[in-house]
Amino acid sequence: MSGLILGPLVAAALAFTFPKRGRGMAWAAAGVVGIAVLSLIRAVLGGGVQSHRVSGWGAPLGIDLRADGLAVLLLALTALIAVAVTGYAAPYLRAADSPEARHRERYFWPLLLFLWTALNALFLSRDLFNLYVALELLGFAAVALVALEGKGDALRAALRYLFVSLSASLFYLLGVALVYGQCATVDLALVAERAPRGPALTVALALMTGGLIAKAALFPLHFWLPPAHANAPAPVSALLSALVVKGAFYLLLRLWFEALPVFHTPAAARLFGMLGAAAILWGSINALTQSRLKLLIAYSTVAQLGYLFLVFPLMTGRDGRFGAWCGGLLLLGAHACAKTAMFLVAGNILRAAGHDRIRELAGIAQVLPVSAFALGLAGVSLVGLPPSGGFAGKWLLLSAGLREGQWWVAAVILVGSLLAAAYIMRVMTRAFAPAVPGTWVRPVPPIMEGTALALALVAVGMGLAGSWFVELLWLGGPWP
Amino acid sequence: MPDADPRLYLLAGLALFAIGFYSLVVQTHLLRRIMALNVMGSGVFLAFLALALKAAAPMPDPVPHAMVLTGIVVAVCATGLALALADRVQALEANEETPAPEEPPSAETGSEPEDAG
Amino acid sequence: MNVLSLTLLGVLCSSLLTGLIIFFLKEESHRLRTWLNLLGAGLKLVLVAALLRGVYLGKTYAWSFEFLPGLPLALGADANSMLFVTLSTVLWFWTTLYAVGYLEDSPHRSRFFGFFSLCVTATTGIALSANLMTFLIFYELLTVSTYPLVVHRGTRKALQGGRVYLTYTLLGGAILLLAVAWLYSLAGPVPFKERGVIQGLMVSHRRELQWLFLLFMIGIGVKAAIAPLHGWLPRAMVAPAPVSSLLHAVAVVKAGAFGIVRIVYDVYGAENAAELGVLPPLAIAAGVTIVYGSVCALFQDELKKRLAFSTVSQVSYIVLGAAILGPLAAIGGLVHLVHQGLLKITLFFGAGNYAETLGIHRVSEMNGVGRRLPLTTAAFTVAALGMIGVPPLAGYVSKWYLSKGAVTAGDHWVTVVLAASSLLNAAYFLPILYRAWFLPPPEKWPAEHSFGRWETHWMLLAAPLVTAALVIWAGVFAESAFSPLAWVKLIAAREYGP
Repeated sequence: MSGLILGPLVAAALAFTFPKRGRGMAWAAAGVVGIAVLSLIRAVLGGGVQSHRVSGWGAPLGIDLRADGLAVLLLALTALIAVAVTGYAAPYLRAADSPEARHRERYFWPLLLFLWTALNALFLSRDLFNLYVALELLGFAAVALVALEGKGDALRAALRYLFVSLSASLFYLLGVALVYGQCATVDLALVAERAPRGPALTVALALMTGGLIAKAALFPLHFWLPPAHANAPAPVSALLSALVVKGAFYLLLRLWFEALPVFHTPAAARLFGMLGAAAILWGSINALTQSRLKLLIAYSTVAQLGYLFLVFPLMTGRDGRFGAWCGGLLLLGAHACAKTAMFLVAGNILRAAGHDRIRELAGIAQVLPVSAFALGLAGVSLVGLPPSGGFAGKWLLLSAGLREGQWWVAAVILVGSLLAAAYIMRVMTRAFAPAVPGTWVRPVPPIMEGTALALALVAVGMGLAGSWFVELLWLGGPWP
Repeated sequence: MPDADPRLYLLAGLALFAIGFYSLVVQTHLLRRIMALNVMGSGVFLAFLALALKAAAPMPDPVPHAMVLTGIVVAVCATGLALALADRVQALEANEETPAPEEPPSAETGSEPEDAG
Repeated sequence: MNVLSLTLLGVLCSSLLTGLIIFFLKEESHRLRTWLNLLGAGLKLVLVAALLRGVYLGKTYAWSFEFLPGLPLALGADANSMLFVTLSTVLWFWTTLYAVGYLEDSPHRSRFFGFFSLCVTATTGIALSANLMTFLIFYELLTVSTYPLVVHRGTRKALQGGRVYLTYTLLGGAILLLAVAWLYSLAGPVPFKERGVIQGLMVSHRRELQWLFLLFMIGIGVKAAIAPLHGWLPRAMVAPAPVSSLLHAVAVVKAGAFGIVRIVYDVYGAENAAELGVLPPLAIAAGVTIVYGSVCALFQDELKKRLAFSTVSQVSYIVLGAAILGPLAAIGGLVHLVHQGLLKITLFFGAGNYAETLGIHRVSEMNGVGRRLPLTTAAFTVAALGMIGVPPLAGYVSKWYLSKGAVTAGDHWVTVVLAASSLLNAAYFLPILYRAWFLPPPEKWPAEHSFGRWETHWMLLAAPLVTAALVIWAGVFAESAFSPLAWVKLIAAREYGP
């Protein structure tokens, strides 16, 4: 389990020291993490929740790592996306042999590995303070990656992202301080045991939640996301949309369902659900009106994040609890894969056409058939058409909503799906139009198209493996 | 320090945090905003120290102190990253066409996990 | 996994795998692609024949796989599904042949045939679904895989047609999803079973079941093109002729009609549905659609559009059959599922030949085509007469059973509707036939192609001739043991029998 954190960390340091070996280091880290994740999945499926005490120290003082179904699922997802991005980024970064391109490549690999370290640490950590550190590191790596493009818009977006991220972290940290003041511990399990219901903890939870919501870009605190995700290089956008925002969401789940479940009242849950619903509608409507493909995809992320927050209201009752939990996380996984595929396709389109203005993209299906196919498949999953992972996730949420009698959730899911279909259709309509001569100027290496397609296929195939996900998520989840 | 009411420190910390956040939202100058973030951070650290004191024990609780130390390291890195970015943004705004690369942020972040993890 | 379930999967995979392979073929490998296509279609035909025999002998075929806990993806073959699967497989074979000839020189053929095969896979899946969930999955897959076919030409009109098509079908799909999720939350996984599976809810959830029926009918009615949900169908006719045949006869509209049949007979059960009082409104909607579609067809000059409205009208015969209680109407409706498919595909093949060989797209241009394309026009004539209901062709059999069933059930207004529809059918088909055979041909056809020995490309000719022959066979030999009618009687006996 330590290997999951140390592997990419050491590789990051090495990649920074030996810039020429950056890509090799990324592959080495992918190997180490891949093996570690697979063995961890086996261990968890075979023997339940796994924990590990770093250097033999125990909980209150030392650092505990713990892998339950949720953590393992996210670790695996991160590894999958990171490997895909590694495969994609090599030809992407080598596009031009300019000093800027070399510069970009020099820093991309250490930052990627560093991001990976932070994510893995986040998923395995068990106390609120370590989680803070991991979250902060994640933010730094993400901001630096956004800035990698080096152009004015990207830098401004990065700076805005940094301000949001840092102040959000400080809100979270202040909350941690208050929790410590109340419980004299920051360990998730111990907090859950000791937590008294009272105003101090309410304030603490509110502060932490506020910070995390900003990081997870939940409506109305999503304003920083579209510029940051749209101005970053394509593989970075993919990482940000697929994983980084999910990190904050993951922490929210831990906080609300493990550390302080007593505060998960129907009113609070409904507030989350309302914000989620608003995010779905607002994000989708904005995606419909964007003129640039990457912005469209970024707004689609805002919308898709909204679905994750529907888990909160659906977890209040007994009947829909497990279904909602699995549905939300399946949706998270499917979205991560589909969104990565979409951003990678956007990168291919940018490469081939030199721009991503949707109106002028006629003929994608003709010039980049594999990319267009990937885009279509990713769209299928985002819309939630069967048998994709998006469908399985939405189905679980929908049936949980119906079983709990929360009709509005069902309505929001359906309307959101139709809106998603509408904005995907905007792009696909252009894809099938005949190509205008002069639009497509540069070829795209097959590996860049293949990676996107592979991830889109995973997103679609995920639905068929739904049973497996559910089995995994059952382990160590928030139920008696 | 043991003589004063720890609640005072806590309130002072919260006040600092609030002032810092207010300036972050209101100010437009990049340097001022970075300063505001630091003020917010100091507020949080003060709150930590106050809470360490609050525990009814003869000695202050050492754990929050350790946390604050780590927090300071993180805050220094954050400030470095922010300053580097702000510098680049201002340079670009002053002279839009210089396409020079920017690296201190990555150097900063690359060296950090050893301190913090 | 035994041989029986393997046959079931084989039927699906024979087109799925061919489709996937074809995607990756180079555009130029024309011969290989054609062989693959025909091989897949032929293999499927053989497997379906085996399946048909097995079901007739009373073997049970089942295959299932839990993709979410308690939510199996299940395939099975009962008499009902065999009706549809046989129809679509037979027609697919000839449509493939036709499409190969039709698209001889057009671009993006690999993409076209890839999606073509996926589309048929989805249709087969719909037919073989053993529960509602599986049905839903393949139903949506059908939507997605037909879209690229509709917009295949990439023209502005095609893209618009595609957009309208997706808008309608996705909306319908969302409503269907809601209905399925709702029913599942009430009744658990819903397998298809003769006489329905909702007996336990009849008393406790009466109102919910009525609402659900409405949702189901809206959700599926979009594909079955019940008025006012039919708007996409006339617009989707911008697609190439083989796609139109697919939409109208083999796959999409049929999937809708079949879905309604499934819901009425195998989810609700006809008697339960009648008990709930949901059938009369459905019958009225079908009746209105029948007349409305025919009236609209009357005013279309564009041949394919006229045929499209004719489909709107004819598919509702099937719905009507399901909506009238009693075995006779059921027979009429179900047998029309097959008959309408045969008739309509022949008509679209004919229309495609006129367009491809002579550049004719409008009825007003059809003067004298019978002399230039006698065989095509003969096939077209047989199908048109069948549509009108001239005995002893296929359409007559359906209408006969439908009206007998309606009279038995006491719904006399239905006979009026049927009579009116037949008159209207005659009013919009007979002028075409008159022009084609009795008016002199123009000096010059709009865009004539010559294909050597035959009046047109042999693949374009073979398909309509065969389907026209099937039309005659289904009508003349309706009372023999090997006819769609005989099979349909088997189904009706199982639904309504003792």
